[in-house]
Formats: sequence, C-alpha cells, structure tokens
Amino acid sequence: MSTTEGPTIELDGEVVAYEPGETLYQIATRARREVPTLCYDPRLEAFGGCRLCVVEVEGIRNPVASCTTQATPGMKVRSSTPALEGHRRTILELVASENRQIEVDPLSGHSSGEFAALARRYELRPGRFAGRKSGASRHDDDNPFILRDYDQCISCYRCVRVCAEREGDYAISVVNRGFATQISTEFGGLLKDSACTFCGQCVQTCPTGALADRKALRAVDLPEPIAKTRSVCTYCGVGCSVDIVTKGERVVGVQPAMDGPANLGALCIKGQFAFDFVQHDDRLKTPLVRRDGELVPASWDEALDRAAAGFRAVVDQHGPEALYAIASGRAPHEASYALQKLMRAGWGLNHIDNCSRA
Amino acid sequence: MSNPLADMEKPDVIFCIGTNMTECHPVAATRLKRALAAGARMIVADPRRIRLAEIADLYLPIRVGSDVALLLAMAHVIEREGLVDQDFVAERTEGFAAFRDHVRAFTPEWAAAICGVPAADIEQAAIWYASAERGAIYYTLGITEHICGVDNVQSLSNLVLMTGHIGREGTGINPMRGQNNIQGAGDCGALPNNYPGFQPVDDPRNQEKFSKLWGREISAERGPTKVTALAGAGDRFRAFLIAGENTVVSDPDRAHCEHALRSLDHLVVIDIFPTETAMLADVVLPATSWAETDGVCTNTERRVQRLRAAVPPIGMAKPDWWIIAQLAKRLGFAGFDWTGPDQVFNELCSVSPIYAGLDWDRIDRGEYQWPVPSRDHPGTPILHEGSFPRGRGLFKQVTLRDPAEVVDADYPVWLTTGRRLESYHTRTQTGRAAGIDYLLPEEVLEVHPDDVAAWRLVDGEKARMSSPRGSVTIRIKATRRSPRGTVFCSFSFDDTPVNLLTGSGYDPITQTAELKVCPVRIEAI
Ligand code: SF4
Ligand code: SF4
Ligand code: FES
Repeated sequence: MSTTEGPTIELDGEVVAYEPGETLYQIATRARREVPTLCYDPRLEAFGGCRLCVVEVEGIRNPVASCTTQATPGMKVRSSTPALEGHRRTILELVASENRQIEVDPLSGHSSGEFAALARRYELRPGRFAGRKSGASRHDDDNPFILRDYDQCISCYRCVRVCAEREGDYAISVVNRGFATQISTEFGGLLKDSACTFCGQCVQTCPTGALADRKALRAVDLPEPIAKTRSVCTYCGVGCSVDIVTKGERVVGVQPAMDGPANLGALCIKGQFAFDFVQHDDRLKTPLVRRDGELVPASWDEALDRAAAGFRAVVDQHGPEALYAIASGRAPHEASYALQKLMRAGWGLNHIDNCSRA
Repeated sequence: MSNPLADMEKPDVIFCIGTNMTECHPVAATRLKRALAAGARMIVADPRRIRLAEIADLYLPIRVGSDVALLLAMAHVIEREGLVDQDFVAERTEGFAAFRDHVRAFTPEWAAAICGVPAADIEQAAIWYASAERGAIYYTLGITEHICGVDNVQSLSNLVLMTGHIGREGTGINPMRGQNNIQGAGDCGALPNNYPGFQPVDDPRNQEKFSKLWGREISAERGPTKVTALAGAGDRFRAFLIAGENTVVSDPDRAHCEHALRSLDHLVVIDIFPTETAMLADVVLPATSWAETDGVCTNTERRVQRLRAAVPPIGMAKPDWWIIAQLAKRLGFAGFDWTGPDQVFNELCSVSPIYAGLDWDRIDRGEYQWPVPSRDHPGTPILHEGSFPRGRGLFKQVTLRDPAEVVDADYPVWLTTGRRLESYHTRTQTGRAAGIDYLLPEEVLEVHPDDVAAWRLVDGEKARMSSPRGSVTIRIKATRRSPRGTVFCSFSFDDTPVNLLTGSGYDPITQTAELKVCPVRIEAI
C-alpha cells in the first residue's frame, strides 16, 4: 500500500510517486535509475528516436521508450532486465558501427562524451557491425567555429531540434531517410549562407562530437587536463552563465551552463566563441606612463605615484571640482563601487558617471 | 526590467520597440521566439526590417525618431475604444483625467503622417496590446538614444499604466541593458545623482548617512553628467580617471571628444587593452579582464551573479578595485584597505538597501534578483506588484519633439546606428577573437536597393557619408532591411569611425546622446 497522496507507479518493484504528466524516464531518473539515452536533451521535446531508453511495462508486449511515455497510475515498470540490456547493447553496437571513432576529445562540446560513455558502460565490441560509414562530412564548410564531421553522426537529431525548438532559427534540417540520412542546411550549403547564427547550441548538444567546437579543438594538443570554471558571459546584459574551459593557464573555450538561470544552456556567438581576447597579445601587461611624449612601461609604484601626483597637482591648482571619473559598464561591481567611493569619500564630490549615456 | 527573463515566454501579446533583440540580446530573443511558437502575438516597431520584424505578426516600420507620435496615438486608440483598465487606473495611478484629455488630439491619422505607417496598423497594435491578458513591452537603445529618450520611456509607461500590464507574470516594461554590467555600475553608485542602491545624493538623510560612514562631508549637489564633464574638459574639468571604456570611439562627435581628452592636464585610464582612449592618457593602468577576475555583476533582470577567475592575470595586470584602492591610499584617503573583492562587495551590500539581504556567499548560485531588503527576503523577480516606488503611477503628458537635427536639402538621409550580432561595442574584445572576421570583416552601410540606384551608388563599393561634423568612407550594402531614405551601420569599427558624424544632441534630462538619428549625405567616390 502506498502512503503517498498522489499517483504512483511500481518501478522495479518499488512504489514511486510522480507528478501527473511526468514521463517514465523522468521518474526513473529521479529514482536514481541509470536509463541510457542518446536522443534525449531535457531542454527539448522528447523525440523517441534512438530507443535506447526503452523499459518494460507490464501488459505491453514490446518495450516502450521511457522518454516519450507518460506514466499512468499503477503502471508496473522494469528499467533494467537482461533482455533490455541486451537490446540496448545491440542498438549501441549498430550505431557505433557507422562511426569512425567513438572516443572524441571532450573539447568538442558539452555533451560530446555521451556516446563514448555509453560505449564504455556497455563494453561494446568494436568492429562487430563494422561496415559502411553513414553521413557525408562537410569538410568544405570552413567556418572557424563549427566542425561538421557527419561521419560521426548517429542521427539523434538533437542539433536540428535545438536549432528549431530552442533557437527558433531552423537553420538545419534532416534530409533523406535511413542510411542516407543527412543533416543539412536548407540548400545544402555552408552554414554562413543559411539562417545559422553560430550560437553553437548544436555543437553543445551533439552526443558524439560530429558537430564540434573548432575553436576549442585548437587546444587539443595542450598536455594539461581540462578544467571548467563557472562564470557569467562578459558581453551583453542578458548575463548568460558559462563554464570557462581551461587547460593549465590557458582559456581554450567556453561552454554554456545548462542550469544557468538567465540562459538555461543557451549562448550566442559572442558568449560562445569570442573569448580569446582575454589572452590576446595586445593586452596591456604593464602600467604605462608618459615620458617625453611617449607612453612607456613602468612599475606599479611609479605609475600609481604618477597617477596620484597628477590628481594632487590639479586639486592644488583648481580644487577637487576639477576632477571627474567615468566608470565602466563592463567591469564588475567592485570596480564601480571603489571608483565612486574614491570620488565621494576621497574628495567629497559626486563627480562620477558611467558609460551608459554613450 | 520590471519582469524576469523567464517571463518573456509568458505574454500573449509582445510589443517590441527600438530593440534589435535577435542581434543585441540573442539569448533573450530565443525566449520571445518560444512565446511565439506557443501562440503569442508580437508587434514590432522599428525603422529597419530587422529579424524581429520578419517574425512579427504586425510590423510598424516607423520613421526614425517618431516613437512618441506612435505611442501617443496608441494611447488615443486605447482610450477611444474603451480598453482602459479602469480598476488599475483607479487603484494604482494618478493624473489619468488630464492624460485622457491630452491624448484625444493625437489620432492614428495624425501619427500615420509622422511615422509613415498606416493608421489602421497603429489601431491594430493598440487594440492587441490593450486587450491582452498579459501584455509585455521590451525596448533597448532605440528608445533611449534620442534627445527625447525620456519622453519615449514615459510614453511607454503611459501605455502600461492605462492597461495595467505591470506587476504580474508575463507583463511589464522591460528595457534590455546593453553591457554586461551597466546595470551594476548604476547599482554601485557610479552615477552623479545616486549613492549605491539608487539613494539620491540630494536627499539630506543620505548625505548625512554617507558623510558619517565615510568620515567626511560629501556634497549634497548632484554631480555633472559625463556629457557635461566632457564638454567642460580642459576648462572646468582638468583631470579625468576613466575606467575601461573606449570613450573616443563609443561616444558621439568623436573629434570633439578626442580634443576634450587631449586638453586635460591629467588623464588616467584603467583598461585591458591599449584603446584609442588609453593612448591619450598620461598614465595607463592595466586591469585584469573577464576570466581573470573574481567579482560580481548584475544582469538586465537585476540578477546578481558571480564572475569567477579561471586563469591568472596576464603580465602585471591587477583588478580594478585594487588599482583604485592603491590610488586612494597614495592620496591619503582612509577606507580602502580591502584585501579581496569579497570585502568590497560586502561593503557595498552593507550600504545599499536593495542589497541588504545579500553578501558574497549568498550570491554564489545567482538566484537573487534585487531588491533583497533583508536576509530572509527571497528577492524580487517582478517589480511593482503592489505599488510603484512613488506610490501611485503618474501619467505624463508627453508631446512630440523633432530630433535635434532633421533631414534637409544638404543632409537628406536619416542615419541610424546600432550593434551587430557578431561584434560588440568598440570591438576591443570581439575584434580580437579569432574567427569573427570570417562573418564580419568590415563595417558596411545598409541602404535600400532603390536608394542605391537613385543615389548612383554601387552595391559593394565604397561611398562617402557626411554629417555637419565630419565624414567617413564606408562600403555600401544594398538590402531591404533599410527602408527608403534611412541607412544603418554600427559604430564598432575603428577604421569606420561613425561617431565622427553623430552627436547632434542630447536628451535634456538624462543627457543620453542622440545616436539613433543623424541626418547625413551619401555620395559615390
Ligand atoms: S550531428 Fe550530432 S546532434 Fe546532430 S543528429 Fe548527428 S549526432 Fe545528433
Ligand atoms: S551569450 Fe550572448 S546573449 Fe548571453 S550574455 Fe553573452 S552576449 Fe548576451
Ligand atoms: S532517449 Fe528515449 S528514444 Fe532516445
């Protein structure tokens, strides 16, 4: 007997409560079952294409896809049986046989390791179905952001669906069926001639690395391990959450934070691909002071002394009313707070503004 | 924004005006697209046939600078059709009777002649917005960067007050902030009229509070705006400290601006790149950049979020707060002994009522939207739920003014400026990101194909564009995104310094520059 108020199902013999409308996959995941998926992305409409997430439901003859099946009260569900596991392995082996390579570099994208992780979990015997490779790679698409290696495509359509459902751009679609299935732009051309905005969402949802982050992959040979640091995009006021991808002391890429409160995993071209200004050679690396008309490198002590002396001289001659400060809309709070405090606590003046009037 | 970004998926009628959101705030725009897919209707008013216009249910291609006329006529229609939310007006607003009388003169036919859009479309827009269950307004610099920027915003507020589309889920009046922390700069008190937390400097209680806190008498007079300060540079103002903004390229009337900065006795610039502005300085101080800095920023929905350092600073670069504190100490000022950004932020929280419930640790996961007035407060995703800051919402009787300069025989074309998807501001950052040139190698001037022919220009060739302040050469791109008689380009490229031309005027209240309207002349070369 269930003690809960709401509807329940029986999952592997255990009574589990659920919210009406939930799918078997959602319930099973919440109950810590590791149901494998390939075509599933929690941000997208369930698609039911890969059939890896199948479960057995009492009274239904064939296994059902858990990601598309809504629970009904009292359903008796088994999430893992020898038959299901065998079925899942067969699917994975079939899919794997069409791909050139299973393991891909994790720099490829946020979800790029999903397929390889499943291959390891099911200890796939490579070569069992080894045959023709499906999908024609678009090596001619020389855009600097998105690698399109369709030899690696498993036709999960996550890229197509994220572009349509989340971005509303419909830049890519599925053409042909079966073995000839192909992900393509409207006229089969380059992404830059399509509706693509290079937001990189397709790259970040692709589970195989067929679509990959070309900029991040420039760092594939760096020996250090990959690390990720949660931060916020530096460009517009939407404030998308990102993971800054680093190797050692190098920023090598950016990945969206799937749980970012402002963006829910979305990014645009700037947040996704315009990160490499940070370690650009043009960065100011030392203080500079003007000497004989030229700006020349200086120590912090010298530069700060010069800066302070210049303000003091102006105050001595013209009073503090001759000073003015402009804060940046790009720098963090601490910069603006410190600057306004300098003007107010230091000179007693409200001679400060920011660049929003630009 | 009065409402959170998540609410952008919830209105049943969306009204976007002066916002090229798919290019300037792309991720926010995806939420609008999802609202449309779920059945919402969208009205877009913009001089250019931007992407948002293409997916709108109703597109109003208004002439640049004619927003007030459109909005007055929409108010007229809402009143005439009996679509005013009488309960809301009675309970939450004041000044409606006078406003109602005021708008009676401004018919859609009157506005149609000024805006260049059919009167029937203006009526349709007004009726859709007013009859919505949840109507929401979104705008950007296309509304504010005018001499009548304040009038534009007040006109939008009037529509909100008439219809009660505020203080509820999926409604509101929502400006989209352009720079990642421009909201934060205001929150922190980098404003001539406000202490941190928007506490007015001319309120004696605030003056007393901060004078006591910081141990010295602080002026109760509002400071001059940046625009006033730049105009008086070399004269009333002798020394500037500029943090991280490329004033020379981003500000209007570039020649004037450069001259102003050159005429200072002392200029100190803190930045991450040797920008055009930094090159004019006496002292340049290298700051740490994004990915090197721990700190805090606030997004357009007032969400307070953490920035985290992922790599050590380049060269000798230091965080801005450290640089400013060092300078303060050398000038003999007390209260700058911070040893980390957390201390700076926590001090801000202690002086700002809207951050009173926050501290460095509490914002770790970014779940708070200010105001957060106390530690047990959950934050405020939706503003104005029960009342407005001043109590009742006040109707303002706005009238139409011409832009500072209007087209004439010498300068017969409207130039309007903005941003593009791939580049950001003055390109100090995107210009140094590999690959961006693949999509956006140089600036182009977008001209309607009929105008290209009529003005004897050649698509893809360079032309000269001039205003009374200067001229630039720029490549012509024929496109129907521009209406006839109006051209567009961004101000991002230093080799096409469009802000040599702009700068005809400023809003008298906010002193925001009229970057959106500038009469020009275009000639083949
Ligand atoms: S390219 Fe990647 S995301 Fe797209 S269908 Fe193929 S495997 Fe799936
Ligand atoms: S990723 Fe794009 S939309 Fe998001 S904050 Fe950055 S610039 Fe704005
Ligand atoms: S994950 Fe359910 S069918 Fe692919």
